Amino acid sequence: MHAKDYIGFSILIGMVLVMPHLVGNDYYVGVLVFAAFNCLACIGLCLLMGYAGQISLGHGAFIAIGAYASGLLTTKMGWSPWTAMAAGAFLAMAIAFIVGIPTLRLKGHYLAMATLGFASIVHIVAVAAVDLTGGPAGVLGIPRIGLFGFSLDSDIQYYYFAWTAVVIGLYLAFNIIDSRIGRGLRAIHGSEDAASAAGVNTSVYKIQVFALSAVYASVSGSLYAYYVNYIDPGPFDVMHSILLVTMVAVGGLRHLWGAVIGALLLSLLPEMLSFAAAPLQAIGIEYKPDYDIIVYGTILLLIMLFLPEGLFAGLAAGCKSAWNLFKKILKGRPFVRE
Amino acid sequence: MFIVSFASILHAGEKEPYHIGCAFAITGKAAWLGEPERNTAVMIAEQINKAGGINGHELVLHIEDTQGSNTRAVNAIKKLIKKDNVCAVIGPSRSGTTLASIPVVQQAKVPMLSCAAAASITNPPEKREWVFKMGQNDSDAARRIYEHMQENGIEKVGVITGTTGFGDAGRTQLKNLKDEYGIEIVADETYAPGDTDMTAQLISIRKSGAQAVINWSIVPAQSIVPQNMDQLKMDIPLYQSHGFANIKYAESAGESAEGSIFPAGRIMAAKTVPADHPQKEVLISYKNAYESSYDDQVTTFGGHAYDAMHIIAKALEKVGDNPAKIKETIENMEFVGISGVFEFSENDHCGLDKTAFEMMTVKDGRFVVLDR
Amino acid sequence: METGLITDLLQFLFMGIQRGAIYAMVAIGFNMIYNSTGIINFAQGEFVVLGGLMMVSLTMSLKLSLVFAFLMSVAFVTVVGILMERLTINPVRRPTVLRLIIITIAVSMLFKGSAMCFWGKGSHYMHHFTDAPPLEVMGATILPQSLWVIGILALVVIGYVMFFNWTMTGKCMRACAINRDAARLAGINDRRMVMLSFALSAAIGAVAGIIITPIIQMDYARGALLGLKGFGAAVIGGLGNSMGAVAAGLLLGIIEALSGGFISSHYMDAIALLVMLGVLFVRPGGLFGSSEEVRLKEF
Repeated sequence: MHAKDYIGFSILIGMVLVMPHLVGNDYYVGVLVFAAFNCLACIGLCLLMGYAGQISLGHGAFIAIGAYASGLLTTKMGWSPWTAMAAGAFLAMAIAFIVGIPTLRLKGHYLAMATLGFASIVHIVAVAAVDLTGGPAGVLGIPRIGLFGFSLDSDIQYYYFAWTAVVIGLYLAFNIIDSRIGRGLRAIHGSEDAASAAGVNTSVYKIQVFALSAVYASVSGSLYAYYVNYIDPGPFDVMHSILLVTMVAVGGLRHLWGAVIGALLLSLLPEMLSFAAAPLQAIGIEYKPDYDIIVYGTILLLIMLFLPEGLFAGLAAGCKSAWNLFKKILKGRPFVRE
Repeated sequence: MFIVSFASILHAGEKEPYHIGCAFAITGKAAWLGEPERNTAVMIAEQINKAGGINGHELVLHIEDTQGSNTRAVNAIKKLIKKDNVCAVIGPSRSGTTLASIPVVQQAKVPMLSCAAAASITNPPEKREWVFKMGQNDSDAARRIYEHMQENGIEKVGVITGTTGFGDAGRTQLKNLKDEYGIEIVADETYAPGDTDMTAQLISIRKSGAQAVINWSIVPAQSIVPQNMDQLKMDIPLYQSHGFANIKYAESAGESAEGSIFPAGRIMAAKTVPADHPQKEVLISYKNAYESSYDDQVTTFGGHAYDAMHIIAKALEKVGDNPAKIKETIENMEFVGISGVFEFSENDHCGLDKTAFEMMTVKDGRFVVLDR
Repeated sequence: METGLITDLLQFLFMGIQRGAIYAMVAIGFNMIYNSTGIINFAQGEFVVLGGLMMVSLTMSLKLSLVFAFLMSVAFVTVVGILMERLTINPVRRPTVLRLIIITIAVSMLFKGSAMCFWGKGSHYMHHFTDAPPLEVMGATILPQSLWVIGILALVVIGYVMFFNWTMTGKCMRACAINRDAARLAGINDRRMVMLSFALSAAIGAVAGIIITPIIQMDYARGALLGLKGFGAAVIGGLGNSMGAVAAGLLLGIIEALSGGFISSHYMDAIALLVMLGVLFVRPGGLFGSSEEVRLKEF
């Protein structure tokens, strides 16, 4: 990790600690809990997309595997939530290996289609295997997860728990990209053929990072199941997989921080829109939730049109030029080009 | 997401307004449920406030869009309860979103009147103290279909259901109740909401020797089943679920839907309900009010919002806006509504039985009550 | 009524061809844009929806004649496609594939939202093109509307082949697809060709929407579902290979119908997807694509 990343971590941890006091209402805390799940899944996906350069339109499936493993093992087999979550992560990893070995030989759109197909199959099984998964009726009565004997009943407790998971996940991810694996991955992203010629065992690295990102997704699914206490196939459809890719792309593929920012932004955007509704109504414009999707699409479009490297790179560039301007002002020469 | 306030109409203000929350699937894949529900809720709030509110208290609706997504629904219900401090919640529209929201209202101890139908919404009662449901039971629809089959000597049926929550719930109920009515399910097929042709499934049913087909779904694709049956020259009777009770589906299926038999809430054929029926008056008044306010036809779903609004209004009138008292009042309430005659009790938070359904058929492109 | 295996088989074949024809037509639309830009247009499904909804409005509400309404709807969606390219694809400098894909996802949201505001949330139905009884072939039957679907697919394919092989513009587009830089050096206006490909792709999408609306009804949210199946067909056929897409689309439909009829309707889509994945694992460039070519694409 670089010094800048430590600064980033301090900011993130600071924000996590301050936010609940800032928003003050359990409802917003709940919204931030859901954002944490997306962050976790996006960090894993970013490792795969940004660092190994492999697209996956199937990560919703791994979230589903984590959620269903947790839901079913706790309610039907009476396992503890922690063991069930570990089992879900292990299952997701195993499935990622099995699926990844043939799939990651594919490239580009073919890989996208194959992962999408995998996600659809998992979704169809969740819907159709009624005896196993409960079908569209879902799994009821999933317990809350506990920590050291305490049940995390309130939203605020779960909020700290979920965001701790995000911070740990992010920390691990940073360590991975600085390791030998990380350098190998970046070599693959640059040119797979060159990497392979230089002695990097590309296919092994790709499958490993695919499995790792599956574990991230699976844990986020488990945390979702323990928080909502109910799952059905709805939240794990193909569109959710596509949304995750969108989050990573909007934040910026090339950096883990981008994944965090993208996930946060797109998770909170709907709530921000409803915030905007009240002042709009005050000035006589009736804002209906019907318009949400149009506004959402417009924002996405504008970001992709004007910030090609994503929000994080855009923000970083913005900060940099602001800092330069600030330095110039200090020197008393704001308008002089250096 | 937006607040419907009629403060200008009402010169109240001396008394605190009553806040009610609504969480409907106004956009998204279940928008056709949420739209009439929202419209109806807004219409009734307007009516009540024009008439001077409830005991002089203005009624303020807080409406949230769940987009039919579980996550959004949980957030929406939390927002209504924790931010808008509502005394009762109407919705969500779908069974899945309702089930996901139950832990929230159970913890917050605010009554929620769901507009969905799944049996698990109000069962088991000891874990659903704060949850009521306005939709008729799927099991009662299945009972009505099986009863009609018994009367007509049908013993072997082929079942074809949609792969949505609604279709799956129907499939479960049909399987659970078959022995009670001595019916044998000889074929069990499904179709996805996007399917364009069900001949493969219907051929399997034809081969199984079924004496009738039950088509249980809520998506538009169900209109293809009668057309495909016509195409395959299958002349065994077609039973449909209450999900067929949308006149557009009958129009789309055209001639082939004529004569198919299905249970439905009486609102779908309000005009052909006998004049002495206890629901007749409410049905006609709701139908007229809705169809003159909106450029749309009444649906059973809007009816659920009608029932929920009036049940809460009655409770508010009696005991004010204390959530616990509202819950208690509803548990002792009898109410003649759109979906049927509700008789709630502590252990029955649905309050409807199989009489809430009437067997109907399609005649000359219209829904009519089936003659017995 | 007992029927023989051959009759059933034929019936499933009809069902499969009808389903497959729709996948094929969506897949051709995907390929058209893929060839000129190298991206998958996630708004392709919305073109289908817009075509269908426009047709419903024109025939059911305005009571225009079928042929006129057909042409109007196609023209409308074509204009939408051109606008999409001019406003959102053309301005992008230094395009990367992922960025363009996310842009098309954003545009699909805009289309979906606008369609919802304009046409409402319910599903819309329209009458079948012809009011004739089902046709009988060796005991199996087929709806006249399915014949329309198959016939129009055939016409689209013939038109496609003629356009790309016999007209100058078509040949220019093919040149761009093969090597854009070389085509530009030869004096072809490649940006114009991209616009043209969006126009044609939108038009084909609209045609697909118009002919299936009488069968499945149309609502604003249906685009994604239609798009995904078409994407599958395009990939299995080998991206950029439109005849491959037609073959793959029909194959996909037929596999679905057969597995629905003989194995289980609960898993018919999953079985078709499994077969598809199997094909990809054996032939990483799709049925009719070359895997060497895939290796050279940047994405």
